[in-house]
Amino acid sequence: MTQDFEMQLKDLQATVSLLEKGTKDQVSMVVFSGDMDKILAAMIIATGAAAYDMKVNLFFTFWALSALRDPRKSAQGKSFMEKMFGMMLPKGSRNLKLSKMNMSGMGTSMIKGIMKKNKVASVEEMFRTAGELGIQINICEMSMNLMGFKREEMIDYPNMSVCGVATFLADAAESKIQLFI
Amino acid sequence: MTTEELKNLKSNLVVDARGTACPGPLLAAKKGIGEVNSGEVMEIYSSDEGTKNDIPKWCQKMTHEFLGIVEEDSYSRLFLKKA
Repeated sequence: MTQDFEMQLKDLQATVSLLEKGTKDQVSMVVFSGDMDKILAAMIIATGAAAYDMKVNLFFTFWALSALRDPRKSAQGKSFMEKMFGMMLPKGSRNLKLSKMNMSGMGTSMIKGIMKKNKVASVEEMFRTAGELGIQINICEMSMNLMGFKREEMIDYPNMSVCGVATFLADAAESKIQLFI
Repeated sequence: MTTEELKNLKSNLVVDARGTACPGPLLAAKKGIGEVNSGEVMEIYSSDEGTKNDIPKWCQKMTHEFLGIVEEDSYSRLFLKKA
């Protein structure tokens, strides 16, 4: 009976250590949406997780790339289509729109006013905080090529690199929390 | 700890996060905790209602000891002891 119990205990310990090795205290997010409210939500969760001492990886892809554009920067050598995309998409987080009730921009400026009144940090401030907290931003290279964005027109951010889906999957596989926003 | 005990408690660090909204107070707490030593008491001022639920949960995860809350007129004082 005791022997049985000891065997079971050993088995359990082995399983637990295997599980512990499999996941880290890490959050991985796909940030897909380019809507101001969704980016804000992603950044609030990301900075909150950093306060929990969790490692945070944000994989920016498709429309979310607009949030990383620096309005003061531009890139040379773009094709006609790339220039068109650049013109039609919001240039930087300041120019993002609400996913609902945008009302040609009226809703977005209204919510920004309310956010200020309620002392909610703006998306720009959230990016600054995220940088200070060491949150990693990975930019999807494929999306960047599709939309014709170049690395040199992205914001100055301390931990930013360009990569592919394999990086996201490797990070996500080791994470306790995975989100798609 | 009772409210009276908390009021008499001498904090090693006061973090004033009044006037910030979620996740402001949490980030302020994270920043502040790096400045105190293990076993020392940190106090957080917050005017954000949600902080009263958030900080105890954060303490549990980070293994800090949550000591309690003292309510003031327009804000709360949250006490914790660093693990």
